[in-house]
Amino acid sequence: MCANGDVTGTVPRYTFAGYPTRFPEQRPIPTVETMKVIEVRNLRKSYPHHVAVEDVSFEVAEGEIFGILGPNGAGKTTTVECVAGLRVPDSGTVRVAGLDPHDDRDELRRVLGVQLQSAALPEKIKVWEALDLYASFYPHPADWEELMRRVGLHEKRDTAFARLSGGQRQRLSVALALVGRPRVAVLDELTTGLDPQARRDTWELVEQVRDSGVTIVLVTHFMEEAERLCDRLTLIDRGRVVATGTPAALVAQAGGEQRLRFRPSAPVDHALLLALPEVRSVTGSGEHLEVTGVGDLAPAVTLALAEHRVVPTDLRVEQATLDDAFLALTGRTLS
Amino acid sequence: MRKILAIETKLYLREWPVMLFTIALPVGLLLVLGSIPGMGKPDPALSGQRVTDTQLPAMMTLLAMLTLAFTVLPTVLTTYRERGVLRRMSTTPVHPSRMLVGQLVINVAVGAVSTVLVVVLGRLVLGTAMPRQPVGFVLVFLLGTAALMAMGLVIASLAPTGKAASGIGSVVMFPLMFVAGMWIPREFMPGALRVFSDYSVAGPFAQAMRATWAGDWPQPLHLVVMAAGLVVFGGLAVRLFRWE
Repeated sequence: MCANGDVTGTVPRYTFAGYPTRFPEQRPIPTVETMKVIEVRNLRKSYPHHVAVEDVSFEVAEGEIFGILGPNGAGKTTTVECVAGLRVPDSGTVRVAGLDPHDDRDELRRVLGVQLQSAALPEKIKVWEALDLYASFYPHPADWEELMRRVGLHEKRDTAFARLSGGQRQRLSVALALVGRPRVAVLDELTTGLDPQARRDTWELVEQVRDSGVTIVLVTHFMEEAERLCDRLTLIDRGRVVATGTPAALVAQAGGEQRLRFRPSAPVDHALLLALPEVRSVTGSGEHLEVTGVGDLAPAVTLALAEHRVVPTDLRVEQATLDDAFLALTGRTLS
Repeated sequence: MRKILAIETKLYLREWPVMLFTIALPVGLLLVLGSIPGMGKPDPALSGQRVTDTQLPAMMTLLAMLTLAFTVLPTVLTTYRERGVLRRMSTTPVHPSRMLVGQLVINVAVGAVSTVLVVVLGRLVLGTAMPRQPVGFVLVFLLGTAALMAMGLVIASLAPTGKAASGIGSVVMFPLMFVAGMWIPREFMPGALRVFSDYSVAGPFAQAMRATWAGDWPQPLHLVVMAAGLVVFGGLAVRLFRWE
């Protein structure tokens, strides 16, 4: 795969020797009981004029990508700022690798790398200078030359920060969060403002980082991003946790209904489909059929049709998304 | 800390127009104004001194230090805060105060370079004597610079944006230049203005520098005002400065 510095280029796939590259689908989801690396209990934080976080609790397991998903102003950033020791909670407890972010400030910063929303660099600092400088802040930094290659910025080595594209800045930002070789990296609104291609490149980079053994806390208001990247996530709305679980579990919890539309090649008896355990309803007649249901709906329906030598043409599958789940749980949409 | 200094110095030099105002302008003005024929004659109103003996070089040094303390330092720090540079740094084991210290060191160093050039070129081109009280001169330079930088930090604490900082800095700087004697030497000031000048931190800095240049010790009042300025504004800056 070729490494290319510009926005449309792809991020080179990177693996540590001896570690096979795994696809996210094949990855076993760690149970929280195995290794908690972050623990947040009843976190509350208010500002002079409003309460940003009412009551937030969650746990992050070692080695997962944990998402914090919610609309703008839900309290996501305040939550991770408390996790990163940048703000002192009014009440509740936070532990990161067993450390209290406020009392063990210095130690925490050695195990936690943070990429914050709206944290830039001096305009004229060059890519390599920023990495070199930030590496000097840590006792056992990563080899920043290698890190620079890994995020696909080696060709932009001597480019000033002000001249980097949005995607390149975010990749540099990720590299700076990783240069101290943290156990946990917090990435806040990583892809906001990026074009779709740069967004996908950044997602790929995040997966590579996870595969190298770093636990990731991803803050986002993009449903698509959370669905694509997160092993588990917590939905936050108005300073409270709405639900926590795998993306699929959250969708299912919210009623996770799927809908199939197709044009059958021959008339179909509705009862035939309604007999399937996955199917809930069948509507329409003649030209178009609409089938709703849960679970492996599409394979079950197509198989049943095939047994009766009916071909579903123009088949469309509409799946419930995290957006639908959020709507079902809060009565509000994400965006 | 060494790396912060090295990289911040590089960034500083990349903003080379700053050097025009803090080094080229004062040194250039010294040489141009000092070369005007009347400037080199002893003036009875200046106790028989020539303008080029103490008044002009002290003012040019002050010009450099005021520019650094009131526009360069607050603008850089406020811009860093505005852009989240300090905020990003506070996520690392190194506290962003190191960045502030680095900026102070660099600005004092640039001021020192400017001052050395004023002294050396004044000597070579205009025949101005070297400071006759060198120890006192260095002490005055350090004390006055520290007091002015503390005032600059208060501006950096209050200004919301880099642009606001450079605006506020200029608004404070020009009256201070005036009362310090940039356009009217203290000897020619009416009584009330002279009192005002003596308490303006910049005024005492200029007069104390002139005194040590001529070989005298500065007036105790001027030293006390500078020290008080350092304590008061330094304390305010410590209380008011925000990292984000």
